[in-house]
Amino acid sequence: MTAAITCRNLDFDYDGKAVLRNVNITIPSGDFVCVVGPNGSGKTTLLKIALGLLKPVSGSIEVFGRSPDRARGRIGYVPQHPQLDPLFPVSVMDVVLMGRLGRSRSLGSWSADDRRHARQALGEVDLADREGHHFASLSGGQKQRTLIARALAGEPDLLLLDEPTAGLDAHIEEGFYRLLDKLNERLTIVLVSHDLGFVSGFVRSVVCVGQDVVVHPTSEVTGQVIADLYGGDVRLIRHDHRCSEDGHQ
Amino acid sequence: MTIFWDALQTHAFLQYALTAGLLVSIPCGVVGSFVVIRRISYIAGGIAHSVLAGLGIVHYLRVVHGVEWLSPMGGAIIAALLAAGIIGWVSLFLKQREDTVIGAVWAVGMATGILFISMTPGYTTDLMSYLFGNILMVTSRDLWLIGALDLVVLATVALFHKQLLAVSFDGEFAGLRGVHVQRFYFLLLGLTALTVVLLVSVVGIILVIALLTLPAAMANLFARRLWQMMLLATGICALLTTSGLAISYGPDLPAGAVTILLTGAAYFLVALVRRR
Repeated sequence: MTAAITCRNLDFDYDGKAVLRNVNITIPSGDFVCVVGPNGSGKTTLLKIALGLLKPVSGSIEVFGRSPDRARGRIGYVPQHPQLDPLFPVSVMDVVLMGRLGRSRSLGSWSADDRRHARQALGEVDLADREGHHFASLSGGQKQRTLIARALAGEPDLLLLDEPTAGLDAHIEEGFYRLLDKLNERLTIVLVSHDLGFVSGFVRSVVCVGQDVVVHPTSEVTGQVIADLYGGDVRLIRHDHRCSEDGHQ
Repeated sequence: MTIFWDALQTHAFLQYALTAGLLVSIPCGVVGSFVVIRRISYIAGGIAHSVLAGLGIVHYLRVVHGVEWLSPMGGAIIAALLAAGIIGWVSLFLKQREDTVIGAVWAVGMATGILFISMTPGYTTDLMSYLFGNILMVTSRDLWLIGALDLVVLATVALFHKQLLAVSFDGEFAGLRGVHVQRFYFLLLGLTALTVVLLVSVVGIILVIALLTLPAAMANLFARRLWQMMLLATGICALLTTSGLAISYGPDLPAGAVTILLTGAAYFLVALVRRR
């Protein structure tokens, strides 16, 4: 099976400063991966490279065996909780339908098929009864689930989420990861998070972004690994003999 | 007021004025809503003022060189689209200087217009009606032009409303779904330019910005969806242009100024009542 994401010798600079160096990781299809690392380590950069929004300086990245630009139709992107104008005149359904762009005909209104997919996606995130509500009237957790539904409406094979739980209450967060766990039955999920401790109960592997980028099976992520990553001494992770370049098998 | 309704039965120019006000209300509500949610009213202001260049040059060519086939509205359309193109190009590709360039286009457009108008022999009353509008001078030929522009604007929005909304809501996401974000930004600026030209014929260059944004801003306080906002803004705009015309007619006040004062008063009232 084609891997969901493959990076080979990938480098990325920002304003002449090295952000990512020699990244070699493989994320298999069907995996549930959490990307962690200190602020400014390049977690979000890695996500944006996978989306094709940023181009690596050297090396390569493939999403389902193709360039990110060409694989975009198979990626569902859930951005960080956006700072939205509270008066923006859209319903929950309007927002979810935007995920159909690229799948729908380009001229005129949404088709019945678009609406059916949008409703199905809303059902999956448990917001079927909020379809006609004003998007701005939703709670933070509901807004975040609406953005997941928007990504799902595009029928993706890979879900990329950027800090999806930032600013959410802990009890909402738990339900949120249960939802992702359920979606993982049919989708590859990659999420960037600041909160490794909680996430590790659900994810299958962890990509640590420090000076090196390494994939760990969740079982290997111990307190020591986290402390090392955030404490700056990353050599311990690097020499962990079970960290192969292909991640866990 | 009764003077107005009586006069409306007999005077064709009043009927034209009323029809013009109603016709421009449609793009005013539809495009005005996009201008408000996309927060580009300052750009709309820049486009509006640069329209004077087009009006001034055409005025000069008609009077001095006898180029009769060029209509002032045609000149206005060219100037507005040109200004929209320049501002759009700068804001996309030289982001940090956007407001400076809008200000430059704004002032250079006006200066060009004033220069050509001053070089044209004859009365300068035209300048006043360009700046502050003179809805009573609308001719039946203007009405056809206004109607045609209405159709262009409405058809474009009907075809591309999905993309225009998505780009305004979350440009990055829309781009990832394959929408050409920059192209739709230019399209929106083009629509704004055409709408500005339509509104100039009613309230003039300087007052356009209020009529373009305030009805939509009022509608936004009540509407939960874009189409509701557009419909409501269109209704509010129609009500304001009609009452501006009706109130100003009897005491012979400038209709554009009265319309804008009504618009401003309505906006502050609604915003006060409907704080949220």
